[in-house]
Amino acid sequence: MRIAKEEIVHVGELARLHLDDAAVDLYTKQLGDVLTYMETLNHLDTAGITPTSQAISVNNVFRDDVVRESVSAESALTNAPESSDGSFIVPKVIK
Amino acid sequence: MNLYQLTIHEAHELLKKKEISSVELTTAVFERIESVEDKVRAYITLVKDKAMADAEAADELIKQGRATSVTGIPLAIKDNLCTKGIQTTCGSRILEDFVPIYDSTVVAKLKQARAVILGKTNLDEFAMGSSNEHSAFRPTHNPWDLTRIPGGSSGGSAAATVSDACLAALGTDTGGSIRQPCSHCGVVGLKPTYGRVSRYGLIAFASSFDQAGPITKDVTDCALLMNEICGYDPLDSTSVSRTAPDYTEALQSGLDGLVAGIPKEYYVEGLDQDVAKAVDDAINVLKGLGLTIKDVSLPHTDYAVATYYIIAPAEASSNLARYDGVKYGLRDATSNDLMEMYQNTRSKGFGPEVQRRIIIGTYALTAGYYDAYYKKASQVRTLIMEDFKQVFETCDVLLAPVTPSPAFKLGEKLDDPLSMYLSDIFTLPASLAGIPGISVPCGFSGKGLPIGLQVLGKHFSEEKLIQVAYNLEQATDYKSKKPQL
Repeated sequence: MRIAKEEIVHVGELARLHLDDAAVDLYTKQLGDVLTYMETLNHLDTAGITPTSQAISVNNVFRDDVVRESVSAESALTNAPESSDGSFIVPKVIK
Repeated sequence: MNLYQLTIHEAHELLKKKEISSVELTTAVFERIESVEDKVRAYITLVKDKAMADAEAADELIKQGRATSVTGIPLAIKDNLCTKGIQTTCGSRILEDFVPIYDSTVVAKLKQARAVILGKTNLDEFAMGSSNEHSAFRPTHNPWDLTRIPGGSSGGSAAATVSDACLAALGTDTGGSIRQPCSHCGVVGLKPTYGRVSRYGLIAFASSFDQAGPITKDVTDCALLMNEICGYDPLDSTSVSRTAPDYTEALQSGLDGLVAGIPKEYYVEGLDQDVAKAVDDAINVLKGLGLTIKDVSLPHTDYAVATYYIIAPAEASSNLARYDGVKYGLRDATSNDLMEMYQNTRSKGFGPEVQRRIIIGTYALTAGYYDAYYKKASQVRTLIMEDFKQVFETCDVLLAPVTPSPAFKLGEKLDDPLSMYLSDIFTLPASLAGIPGISVPCGFSGKGLPIGLQVLGKHFSEEKLIQVAYNLEQATDYKSKKPQL
């Protein structure tokens, strides 16, 4: 299947990836090859087949809402690229 | 014999009898690592000081007569399993400096048993790959032939195990990432049933597939490590609340009364002659030991690659959305606003294969394509599961190759993602169905490269896989052959 470059650019934006021209060209070709291969699935009639999203069926898991010890704010911030006053710092959101 | 050559069960006997100490054993393994690591490059991180302190603590416990089977045993951990206070990179630039604040459940269990953690092993970035070449840092080399891939994504764990750079290791398997490198490196690797082992602290790639499992020098060690890591975990709501058996009991049984199916779709054109012969020979050995063999069919096998490479990237694209440069991991410091920071961080932090899979997955989930790709693949997944369900009505296990060929050359498939994906054809069906699979050495190619036999079983039948693998191992002597490094 052929896929348009614009579609790769669009998907890149959705996935929050900045793709340069070389990457767009490469992924357009490679994704095209992969999607062509995926078309083999169309040989199968799957009308009425229930999709599987989990190989082992499990039920909802509930527990009592009991207060327990958890990660401290201090240790939660230890891997933060930037933090201050117990908060994660991000670049300006509203201009 | 050098101490680093020992298996877990051999070392445990010597530790218990106080003929060796964990400090001596751990020292010997670090000496071995120093002499082979330059060639094999199995590790991303080594934690020698921590390990020696752990070994001393283990020796104390052993002195008190409180050793369990892994107490004081030096083990390697794949670098996508969180280790508190030890850098966990997932083979990615985006997590290069990430130091977890908690242990994955499997690691916590090993620590509780006072096992010694040597370090973290190399993998394809975020476990996405079949060759270890997608590691952001460097590829691991196959100890049997350093110009070849060790397999992936648990290539570091498998290569470390066969080169005696650890006594055993943990790996993870999403689409074959334990079984395939174990086949290529000539060690034993088990992917447990989905839900058998907790995924808590296993850095998510495709959540409906990911499972951690043992990579060991022999089948006995596989059973021992399974005993340590299995079980329900309230911290993973997909882990299954079901008592695990003592897997070492499976080492006591013969094969009389067991029925093995040979799925004809796994013996197709393109299967390497050496692989076909090694697998055939193994089947004949098992037959001679009393295993009943019958031909079966899994008609949807051919669709497994397309199915998996839609669903797994779809799950990955969602799971990897968390890497946004805010809470942990890399942040691009040059960006002026939030959106630019997200995009630059992710583009700089993720390697090409991860970006490729995020793009495939995002595309497959996009409005307008969802039904044609994600939903279609999820329906075919049902058909693949039903194939297995049907054959397991008359078979206890299935016997098949793990890979279509022995380890390929480094670089051979790097520029052709589809051909790399197709090399996973024999491991993907079991992953889609969530059933357990083991790879056990069954011979060598003409070039001296190891070949594995894959034994598959129904959900929660790991003990049958261990039973068949153990019988094969005892009747052959492949495990005595070691790579010359």
